[in-house]
Amino acid sequence: MSKQITIPFGPQHPVLPEPLHLDLVLEDEKVVDVIPTIGYVHRGLEKLVEKREYTEYVFIAERICGICSFIHSQTYVQGIEQIMGLEVPERAQYLRTIWGEYSRLHSHLLWLGLFADSMGFESVFMNAWRLREHILDDLEATTGGRVIQGVCKVGGVRKDITPEKLDEMLKGLKSMEHELTDLNNVFLHDSSMKHRLKGVGVLSKEDAYYLGAVGPTARGSSLAIDIRETGYGALGKINFKPVVEHDGDCYARCAIRAKEMFTSIDIIEQCIKKIPDGPVDMKVTGAPNGEYFSRTEQPRGEVIHYIKGNGKKNLVRHRVRTPTFTNIPPLVTLLKGCELADVPVIVLSIDPCIGCAER
Amino acid sequence: MTLFQMTKTVLKSLFTRPATLMYPAKPAKKTANTRGHVKINPDGCITCRSCQRKCPSQAISVEVKEKTWQIDQMRCVVCAVCVDVCPTKCLTMDNQYRPAMTARGGVETFTVAGPKKKEPAAAPADGGVKPAEKPKE
Repeated sequence: MSKQITIPFGPQHPVLPEPLHLDLVLEDEKVVDVIPTIGYVHRGLEKLVEKREYTEYVFIAERICGICSFIHSQTYVQGIEQIMGLEVPERAQYLRTIWGEYSRLHSHLLWLGLFADSMGFESVFMNAWRLREHILDDLEATTGGRVIQGVCKVGGVRKDITPEKLDEMLKGLKSMEHELTDLNNVFLHDSSMKHRLKGVGVLSKEDAYYLGAVGPTARGSSLAIDIRETGYGALGKINFKPVVEHDGDCYARCAIRAKEMFTSIDIIEQCIKKIPDGPVDMKVTGAPNGEYFSRTEQPRGEVIHYIKGNGKKNLVRHRVRTPTFTNIPPLVTLLKGCELADVPVIVLSIDPCIGCAER
Repeated sequence: MTLFQMTKTVLKSLFTRPATLMYPAKPAKKTANTRGHVKINPDGCITCRSCQRKCPSQAISVEVKEKTWQIDQMRCVVCAVCVDVCPTKCLTMDNQYRPAMTARGGVETFTVAGPKKKEPAAAPADGGVKPAEKPKE
């Protein structure tokens, strides 16, 4: 048996946009054990719930993450609305779904770019982000913010989209589709990509299930878990199928995200066709009294907001379980037995969002 | 063929203009909805303190007696809640971002008009203070 050495990976590392620390125990070039450490960007956002009114806290919930920001605020307000028994206007539900899918699109494009960058494929990185810019432009034009949209509020949304703008958005997405296909071809069919990704970091279906993998990490290992199927927001009236791959390797996880973008475009298209007229918000009085587990599907997987109120303006408890946090145990399993050179690709393949994981 | 999936896009990019803007020289794209920074029209402010109470980052402070309205642009998260709740619509959202600033340089203080005096009212001096303190409960 050869000598074991420990190599620190992160918190500062070129492929990591955020601080995640892994202690890699190596035997020659093989990783035999991994000790993950988080806690570099903890901000204590959950405690703030006692200091701010439940309506103001939407903005803090949105700032848990800089990429899936909209879906965090959506999850939070859905929880509050369930506790208070509010019937949100249907148009608001549709608008939330549209913006949620837009943020999924921009998150996946961002991830595809970063993933290509982690392999040194710089031109794909630039092209993915160029496409992402169209999505961000639409988000900015409709909500006012590029990544922090700030349009969700308890009882509806703060901004409406005009029918003309909706048509324009749909046209923009349609014209983007063939560019996305070109981009996807690189990820799915390019031989150098395949060499780098196929068979690397395999997670079996059993492991994915028992370690609690969520989102694309689980769907890549043929676990068809997609919380969007529960039909929150307007998704109950939309036809779509979750994308599932069966290999469980980095290529499968990459393919999930590449193909999911078309699902998102399809959902947005259906929403724009079905969206009813009407108000986008309602008057909210009183304060939440009760508790609720609110679940939605983020780009990275299932997010759970636990909310507890006691009838006062300030909530008692707010707990967020983010997808990255649950995906760390599968990540440790993925890394065991891989080569040192594959570590960056495998770490990025679960799409780590440490800002989310630590809150 | 599988080797050259990227070639088409690369060739196309070679013969088109750059997708990036030369930012400081060319202004960034802005839409009418863009949240840049909060602006106040001091003549319209009645020091009702709605904005101060609703601000999630506590960036706004209103002094009723001194008739000043103060915002710390470094604390402001540009959520536009103050703009929504302002009863006189004297707060507006400018769609240009503020230029970079130094550590505590973001504090801006404005002297505002204050509450409108009711002409025949008995007590004009503290007429403005009372309605402002009411919504505290």
